[in-house]
Amino acid sequence: MEEAMALGDAALAVTADSAFSDVVKERSGEDIKSCYYCQKCTAGCPTAFVMDYKPAQLLRMIQLGQKEKVLNSKTIWMCIGCEACGTRCPNQIRLAPVVDVLREMALEEEYAPETAIYSLHRSFLESIRRWGRMHEVTMLAEFKTRELLAEYPVFFKGLLGDAKLGANLFLNGKLSFIPDRIKRMEEIKALYEEAASVSSEETEVSG
Amino acid sequence: MSTTMRYSYYPGCTSETTAVEFGLSTEAVCEALEIELIELDDWNCCGASSAHSLDHELALALPGRNVAIAQEAGLDIVIPCPACYQHCRDADIKMREDEAWREKMERILQFRYEGDARSRHLLEVLSSDVDEHKLKEKVIKPLEGLKVASYYGCVLVRPPELTGWDDPEHPMTMDRLMEALGAEPIDWSYKVDCCGASMTLSRGDIVMELSTKIVEGAIEAGADCIVSACGMCEINLDTRQALEEKMPVFYFTELMALAMGLPRVEKWLGRHSVDPRPLLRERGLL
Repeated sequence: MEEAMALGDAALAVTADSAFSDVVKERSGEDIKSCYYCQKCTAGCPTAFVMDYKPAQLLRMIQLGQKEKVLNSKTIWMCIGCEACGTRCPNQIRLAPVVDVLREMALEEEYAPETAIYSLHRSFLESIRRWGRMHEVTMLAEFKTRELLAEYPVFFKGLLGDAKLGANLFLNGKLSFIPDRIKRMEEIKALYEEAASVSSEETEVSG
Repeated sequence: MSTTMRYSYYPGCTSETTAVEFGLSTEAVCEALEIELIELDDWNCCGASSAHSLDHELALALPGRNVAIAQEAGLDIVIPCPACYQHCRDADIKMREDEAWREKMERILQFRYEGDARSRHLLEVLSSDVDEHKLKEKVIKPLEGLKVASYYGCVLVRPPELTGWDDPEHPMTMDRLMEALGAEPIDWSYKVDCCGASMTLSRGDIVMELSTKIVEGAIEAGADCIVSACGMCEINLDTRQALEEKMPVFYFTELMALAMGLPRVEKWLGRHSVDPRPLLRERGLL
C-alpha cells in the first residue's frame, strides 16, 4: 500500500491481495473467478439499495484482491442471506456463503462491523448459549444494551418503534418473560467450545 | 391397520412465542389429519441467521444436535419454520457427506448417525404425504370467495439444490393447497421475494421497505390477504406495513383449520396485529 501511495496515483491507491480471492474460494467453496459480471445478482438483490457496493461489484472486488475494501464494506453486513442471487447466477456462484465467510474474516481481522446487525447476531447466539433456545425478552435486553454502549444515537432512534412493536407483541401474548432452558445444556456448551476452538485455529491460519 | 402417520417434530423457538398461532394451528391441523407429531426431546435453537452470519461451525453444529436427537426414532422431521428447515437440512447433508464432521458430532453428542430421518418442511409434508381426497373430505367450510396471495419467501424455496422445491422462482405447492381448501390463489410477482425478517430487530427501517413492497404487490394483484408458511415472514408482514389500509396475513395452517371447521381458529386470529376477522366475516367465512 505504501508503495502505491508513493506513486501518487489515486487509481493505484488500493491494496491488492493476490491470495485473498483464493482464501475466500477455499473457505466458501464458491468459484468466484467464474463471475463474468452479468449483474443478475445485483438486479434481484432485495437489500442492494442499502449496500455501498452491489453484489456483482463485491464479487469483482474479491477477484481483484481488494481485501480491505471488501472487509470494510457495508455490503457484507447488509446481505440478508435470502439466496436469490445464488439461485439465479448463470455460473452457480452462491453469494450467501461467500458473504458468511467475509463476515467471519472481517471479525477475525477486527474490521468494524455494522453495529446494530452485529449486536443482534451476537445477542442471539448468547441467548442460545445461555438457554439452548432463543428467548426474545432477555435477548432483546442484551441487544439493546450492546447497541446503547456502541452507538447511542442509533439506539434512541430505534427505541420508540421497538417499544411499540414490543408492547403489541406482549399484549397479543407473544412474549414470555420467563426463559425456557433445555435440559442437556452441557451439550450446547460442548458445541460452543468446539466452534470456538475451530475458529481460533482459522484466525491463526488466515492471520 | 392404523392410518396414522408418524413424524418427529421440531417446533422451533418462535412456535411458542411470536408465531404461537403457527404452532397451535400446526398441531391442530395435523391432529385432524391423523398425523402424529412426536416432539424431539430437548431440542435446541437452530442458530438461525445469527449463527450463519458469525460462525459457520455453530451454524452446522446447533441444528446438527436436533438432527442427532432425531436419529434414534428414525422418523422424518416435520419443521414449520423455513429457516430452521433450511439449517437442519444443511446440517443433515454435512453429517451425511463429511465423515470427519460426522465422527466429531457423534463423539461430542454421543449418538449414532443413521441417516433415515430427513428434515422436511411442514408445507411439503402436508401437500405430498396427505392424500388429496382425504384433505378434500375434511374441508367442510370451503374458503369460497377468498383471494389469497401465497407467499413462500426466501429460504423455504432456496437454494434449490438444498430444498428441492417444485420451482424456486414460481412455486405452486401452497397455491394448490389453497385451491384444495376452496380459496382462490391469485397470480402475483412477489411470492419468493425476501421480506427481510432476519433484520427486523436490527434494521427495522430497511425491513419496512421490503415488507411494504410485498404487501403492495399483493394488493396490486387483487388479493384479499397474504398466506405465509413462515413464522418470521408472517409476523414481519403483519407488523411492518407502511400502509393506511393494512392487509391481513395468515399462516397457511390457520386457513386449513378454518376450512376444516376446527375449533379455536378465531382465537388464534385475534392475536394477529392486523385483525383478519373482519375480512373473513365479510366473506361469510366466520
